[in-house]
Amino acid sequence: MLRTGVFVIARLTFREASRRRILLAALALGAVFLLIYGLGIHFIRQDMAKQRQGLQRVVAVPIHSFLALSALYVVNFLTLALAVLTSVDTVSGEIDSGTIHTLAAKPIRRWEIVLGKWLGFVSMLTLYLLLMAGGVVGLTRLILDYAVPNALRGLALMWINEILLLNVTLLGGTRLSTLANGVLAFAAYGIAFVGGWIEQIGAFLGNQTTVMIGILSSLLLPSEALWKRAAYEMRTALADAVPPNPFFSSVSVPSQAMVVYGVCYALIALVLAVYNFNRRDL
Amino acid sequence: MSDQRVSQTEKNNGEESSQRSRVTAIIDPMCTAPAIEASHLRKEYDDTKPAVADLTLTVERGEVFGFLGPNGAGKTTAVKMFLGLITSTAGNGRLLGKPLGDPRGREKVGFLPEHFRFHHWLTAREFLYLHADLYRIPRTVARRRVPELLNVVGLANHANKKLQAFSKGMSQRIGLAQALLNEPEVVFLDEPTSGLDPMGRRLVRDIIRDLRERGTTVFLNSHLLSEVEITCDRVAFIKKGEIVHTSSLESLIEGELDVRIRTRPPANMLPSRWEVIVAGLKRWSRHVRVDGRSILLTVTSEADLPAINRYLVEQGAEVYALSPQTVSLENLFIQVVETETDVPSSPEHCRLAVSDRIEAESAKEKR
Repeated sequence: MLRTGVFVIARLTFREASRRRILLAALALGAVFLLIYGLGIHFIRQDMAKQRQGLQRVVAVPIHSFLALSALYVVNFLTLALAVLTSVDTVSGEIDSGTIHTLAAKPIRRWEIVLGKWLGFVSMLTLYLLLMAGGVVGLTRLILDYAVPNALRGLALMWINEILLLNVTLLGGTRLSTLANGVLAFAAYGIAFVGGWIEQIGAFLGNQTTVMIGILSSLLLPSEALWKRAAYEMRTALADAVPPNPFFSSVSVPSQAMVVYGVCYALIALVLAVYNFNRRDL
Repeated sequence: MSDQRVSQTEKNNGEESSQRSRVTAIIDPMCTAPAIEASHLRKEYDDTKPAVADLTLTVERGEVFGFLGPNGAGKTTAVKMFLGLITSTAGNGRLLGKPLGDPRGREKVGFLPEHFRFHHWLTAREFLYLHADLYRIPRTVARRRVPELLNVVGLANHANKKLQAFSKGMSQRIGLAQALLNEPEVVFLDEPTSGLDPMGRRLVRDIIRDLRERGTTVFLNSHLLSEVEITCDRVAFIKKGEIVHTSSLESLIEGELDVRIRTRPPANMLPSRWEVIVAGLKRWSRHVRVDGRSILLTVTSEADLPAINRYLVEQGAEVYALSPQTVSLENLFIQVVETETDVPSSPEHCRLAVSDRIEAESAKEKR
């Protein structure tokens, strides 16, 4: 079982990421980030305790929530960037360099190569997300004594989001050059981000047209919508007290249907990636 | 015959199982099918002329098959179609009895691609274990096989070195080891010696010889005639994606051949007398060329050589060497190249051809 094509390729993919120090760099950056976050909230807590003796929980909770969601936003962005950057050249790069020839000429099916790579990346990204988001939630709990609500549900949505971007990048790699694929993935992410922002402002102003533009951009790539939904799940009950911002305001909340759409989107992207790679001349 | 064998099996109960396995081996189509079959294979990329136009060939088990042709003739495309890396536009084929593209057909196949580009962040040993896994070779077997092959290709001392530190020659060696991991029945070598030093070429030749002795089929893509001449049983020429000529090397050698005679007149002989002697060689050869201290002839048969030697000695010439050159393959190749490009053979062509021939000779002498 562990030596079938899929697992051999998955291990190779994981090993490549760690051998080429991509994982190490991401982990080092993540550790620095967690350190800064921990120190930051530590001093904020000290400050708040000093300045406002007997601060009402009603005021403290929105601030804690704001801090935790800001940090989780960064985690979300870092994991998405890791998903794109690690997988962007895995198919197109191996085709360009010719390393794919010795792999694909083995008694192995093409789908085993794609799914093996996918599994390798998913395990790496899952590990990274657990360490980073778990670190943020844990530190917030430890230092601020604030439990992020529905943290598991939120993490699950962030996880789907990562896999979505991974699958889209894998799909791009079966058709496009490495550079074009990278540009496309980040451009699509950028469009979804700006669209999400416009949607929030539109909803805030009560402008239905701008909300529609936001929803349409989410249909193009539902990554920002998935994050907004995750943020919505992990918001505090006192959400209205959180200052409006483009990152995790939930004036207009993506529906459950959008989550289903995101899952289907990811699945179809993976199936298409396998299909394309199957037919591709190497 | 098979009836006899079966009845014998019934008598010798002790040997029953081994006999039965031999019987099944005989009727198993996997074992009787030719190594490679292709029927009207065609590959077109978008809009341009086909890379392979119409490829029909059969390579039998145990054959060392040379696939010759100028660069861009479709050799690599053909190999990639056999290995399922490229799907054909039309036609079909089989590899070890399985349709092209079927992974089961590649279980007993080794492949060294043209540019030997591998995962450079792996060490040589890790690289071989990875490919052993891809062949589903059990770990116990791989633990024996990997060091063995590192030895064969002379990389035992570099087992823990990363491939990115490997020279081109070392990459070729590790690539060869990778292609032999599964004790293959068919090995595809795509330009295995292009751009390599003589040591690398020698290694390829030695490995091909070993494979031949073991009965392994070798499909050798090459434009270097020396290695084909030395190693192959049969050759096919491909031009513009079509096979233009197939022949066994023996039949090539049996035909017309060039002879280089290293000879000179005795010190007291008049130059005019020497010219008459040289002109007398026209009896055996249409062309008589003097090239420095050598005379080059093209004779119709090897059987003429003793007579030529006797003639020269009787006329008083001093003969130092009389060496037949098997250049027919080269002539054939240049014909193919010339008609391909429709220009007369350029000086570069000639130089390449000559250097190749010299190499072939020296390699033969070493043998």
